[in-house]
Amino acid sequence: MSNSAPVKISATDVKVFYGDNQALHGISMDVYQNEVISFIGPSGCGKSTFLRCMNRMNDTIEHCRVTGSILLDGRDIHEPALDVVQLRAQVGMVFQKPNPFPKSIYENIAYGPKLHGLAERKADLDDIVESSLRRAGLWNEVKDRLDQPGTGLSGGQQQRLCIARSIAVSPEVILMDEPCSALDPIATSIIEELIDELKQNFTIVIVTHNMQQAARVSDRTAFFHLGNLIEIGNTNDVFTNPQQKRTEDYITGRYG
Amino acid sequence: MPNNKIGGHYSQAYDEELQQAVERLMQMAQLAQQQLTDALTAFTSADVALAQQVKDFDRRVNNFEVDIDEHCLDILARRQPAASDLRLVLAVLKSINDVERIGDLAKRIAKALLKEEADSRPATSQLDALAEMGQKVLQMLQRALAAFEQIDAQAALAVLREDKAIDDDYARILQHSLSSMMDDAKQISVSMQISQVAKALERVGDHSRNICEHAIFLSLGRNVSHLSDEELQQVVDKKRR
Repeated sequence: MSNSAPVKISATDVKVFYGDNQALHGISMDVYQNEVISFIGPSGCGKSTFLRCMNRMNDTIEHCRVTGSILLDGRDIHEPALDVVQLRAQVGMVFQKPNPFPKSIYENIAYGPKLHGLAERKADLDDIVESSLRRAGLWNEVKDRLDQPGTGLSGGQQQRLCIARSIAVSPEVILMDEPCSALDPIATSIIEELIDELKQNFTIVIVTHNMQQAARVSDRTAFFHLGNLIEIGNTNDVFTNPQQKRTEDYITGRYG
Repeated sequence: MPNNKIGGHYSQAYDEELQQAVERLMQMAQLAQQQLTDALTAFTSADVALAQQVKDFDRRVNNFEVDIDEHCLDILARRQPAASDLRLVLAVLKSINDVERIGDLAKRIAKALLKEEADSRPATSQLDALAEMGQKVLQMLQRALAAFEQIDAQAALAVLREDKAIDDDYARILQHSLSSMMDDAKQISVSMQISQVAKALERVGDHSRNICEHAIFLSLGRNVSHLSDEELQQVVDKKRR
């Protein structure tokens, strides 16, 4: 991804505290529009914490304090006038474990657009449901059973349903926290292929423990360690010739 | 001797597999070096039996190539190496090509003797010039392999530069062969043999240079083939700073 692409999210000196415990020690980075960027690092390195800063998911955790600034299209996401629900529609999230609502496949997708008033008529809503499921590569598999519960789908299908659900509210950024860790290799390949298509329209930030996955899907890769951003660069460079020894040790499986 | 730039993985078996790749490359190279030494000795001392042996042993070098190739393929398939480990496997895979070619060139030198007509030996001065060039080439190869084994970009760069002297030797021997052909038509056959052997040695120099480039790639992560010596120097210096 060239640096000439517009900056979608700009983080400056982001620190996160859980009570007295500091989880992030001043992270600064830009995420460019329509790129796929991976966050890698050992457990507890802060990659998920930083991901969750991008749509203020950490607000939901008690005793969690975030400092520094995060701009989405140049606007501070912490400014008081900002509507957090609206922010989370703009910056959607897909979690490690597929978590469809205990409702029909149709309702899983339609819920968000209804909440945000994106469809006035039933026909509009039908369109959104279909196009979201199509973009998530799930339409052909579920079009004849939209009234059946989303929880009845396979794990990989459920995860694509969750991706379709986040697409339905027309987000600009999709955050994915270990989206394939509960999936088998085939379902994983389908999601990875989907990520490649989604980046035409969205900016994607993905946290993964699977380094091969980061190498396969992302344009840039960022390595976190003990709450610090150690290295960020083009994925090719990071995986063939990392500049920092700690990155090298991590991705080659050496003791740091 | 285990190289501590290679080890240190959580998986000891992985350390050993990577170490093995380098060790086998070095064993293969040692065999190719021996082949080259024998070929030169055979040619300069008209030892037909030794030349025949060089010809027959070439298969052993080739077998090494296949074996190392498979070993590296295994590592790629099972370990999905990254960063310096990936560069190591690639550098070994590239280097075995060069070492295999060096084996072929040793065979070519041996065959030059086997094809020689019984009554026409090169002059001692010609043989001396070849032997001298051969020593330079063998030393360069030896040092190229050491730089690779130590993953030492500085050393590799220094060795790589020795190729110039070998190219100069080749030009000189070729010039000399051409003038003796012009002076005396009876010398044509012998002079052709001399040029062929010198050409083979010059090619060994090129392959040693390639091995140095692979060592620099391994050490610094930069592909330096086709760079000028000055550009190479910049790459190595930049990394050192």
